[in-house]
Amino acid sequence: MRHFDRLSENGSSPMSTAKSNLEILPRSIQVVLCLGLIALVAFPFVGTDFYTQMVTRMMILAIFAMSLDLLQGVTGLVSLGHAAYFGLAGYALAFLTPQGAPVSLWWTLPAAMLGAGLAALVIGFLVVRTHGIYFIMVTMAFAQMVFFLFFDNKVLGGSDGLYINFKPDASLFGWTPFAWWDLDNKATLYYVTLILMLMVYAFLRRLLWSPFGRALAGIRVNEHRMRAMGFSTFGYKLTAFTLAGSLAGLAGYLWGAQSGYMNPELMGFHMSAHAIMMVILGGMGNFAGAIVGAFAFEYVLHLFKDLPTLGSVNLGKHWQLWMGSFIVLVVVFAPRGLLGLVERFSKKSEDAPHE
Amino acid sequence: MSDILLSAKGLTKRFGGLAAVNDVSLDLRRGRIHAVIGPNGAGKSTLTNLLSGDITPTSGHITLGGKDVTGWSPEQMSLAGLGRSYQKTNIFLPFTVWENVRLASQSRVGQAPWSPLSWLSDTRNVAIKSIAINDRATRTIELSGLQNKRNAIAGTISHGEQRQLEIAMTLATEPQVLMLDEPLAGMGVAEAEAMVGLLLRVKKDHAMLLVEHDMDAVFALADHLTVMVNGQVIASGTPADIRADAKVQAAYLGEEHA
Repeated sequence: MRHFDRLSENGSSPMSTAKSNLEILPRSIQVVLCLGLIALVAFPFVGTDFYTQMVTRMMILAIFAMSLDLLQGVTGLVSLGHAAYFGLAGYALAFLTPQGAPVSLWWTLPAAMLGAGLAALVIGFLVVRTHGIYFIMVTMAFAQMVFFLFFDNKVLGGSDGLYINFKPDASLFGWTPFAWWDLDNKATLYYVTLILMLMVYAFLRRLLWSPFGRALAGIRVNEHRMRAMGFSTFGYKLTAFTLAGSLAGLAGYLWGAQSGYMNPELMGFHMSAHAIMMVILGGMGNFAGAIVGAFAFEYVLHLFKDLPTLGSVNLGKHWQLWMGSFIVLVVVFAPRGLLGLVERFSKKSEDAPHE
Repeated sequence: MSDILLSAKGLTKRFGGLAAVNDVSLDLRRGRIHAVIGPNGAGKSTLTNLLSGDITPTSGHITLGGKDVTGWSPEQMSLAGLGRSYQKTNIFLPFTVWENVRLASQSRVGQAPWSPLSWLSDTRNVAIKSIAINDRATRTIELSGLQNKRNAIAGTISHGEQRQLEIAMTLATEPQVLMLDEPLAGMGVAEAEAMVGLLLRVKKDHAMLLVEHDMDAVFALADHLTVMVNGQVIASGTPADIRADAKVQAAYLGEEHA
């Protein structure tokens, strides 16, 4: 019986349409991205500490969204439990940081990423066998298990969560080359996050065009044919799931380091759903969209939360309502996300003179 | 005997009470085209799916290159040297023709998804493995006459070209045994002729199983025919034997060659 799902509809899953992704970024989008990068590099010089921290958080979420895009946009695996790996790495930092002293960045970051990757490997081993809607359900089920494990256990912080009293220590065996070589410095943490975000982006863009990345794209479009051509798709999907979990762990670690606090909500259903929305909002399958989506989502979120009270109605309190409508509008009018929109408009303006 | 590349013995597949394929045996030999014909619902597609590993037989055995491969998965069968094409075109529609064939070719180099090298390697000719992959893809595209469509998106080329691409992808996995499920389906006369030409060109290196409704093509191509009705083989032999077989004429050929 296990074979029947593969034979239906030539094996193309209902989650992935035959529509192509915007994998190759047109010049117009490259220009927009470069301008965005310049703005990010310059930002701490013009922004206040409050906004620098806010943009740092956006960049952390951008890393998280990119890690999910590897599954959702590239491989066609919509995980509704991706926050579990984000949260696990943050909790790892919380456990590794002693009460009264900071802990070294240099071994705790790899350890946290390894831990998140390991959890993704174990859970992935069970979930990547499933397809379509079942994959969504099973990833969510495992994430809920992780959520309640932490929520219900006082030892693991319980529903209150855990404080991380010190930022990770970046010194090299006690030596700090510069005065700003310290994650307590908000600008330093900002630039460290920016560099890590760029590294993750460069890594994933490289991966996208590698033989491995091409095989993942093939799995999204037509897994049935991939298997018929001799690809053991299980191994590819499990590797992608593990890598994505580990990169989500990088984001979660940074979140814990920045905010100094981890709670179970950060690995809950809402966090996972937000990541999916970020990827859809920006445009799937090219990682740049995930970054743009994370920034746009956070920006719009704050916009809606700050809405005034009109008469007896507190508009800001119902931000989820506005956010939901916003996402629906984007999906209807820009099915390929904000980057798809940029591409469409730039194409129009390029074509116009020739008409 | 050594030129028998694939052999099925007593293959049976039951779906509930229905035996879609009932006690079918056949041998595929290198350099020979073995056609399976029969009316709709005769079990031809089920037979192909059994041989390719897409479904597992209820009973019976399949050997590929002398090895018992019963119950193997499609990817194992493919890596063991069996290539199949599909009745319903089964390609990567959003990809270019080139990428479709290149991906098929990629399956033949050591696959190591867990290796960081495979994440950071390149599909262009700058990587050693890629040179072999791309050479094979180029050769296959030229062999199947798709050079002009190399950079076209697979979803935008004509139906006949998609059928050619379907075969090209199968050939790019360098199979020993080639199973083609209605390669001529929905093709125009000229396209069908080109396809028959292609099959004759690749015939000598492969053992070929051909499921086809176009009787002219079947009798032009096949060295051996198996006729199925209701999941069972009612006749098997050379084209001349089959033409002369009274049972076949009654059950099948009569309908179309009346």
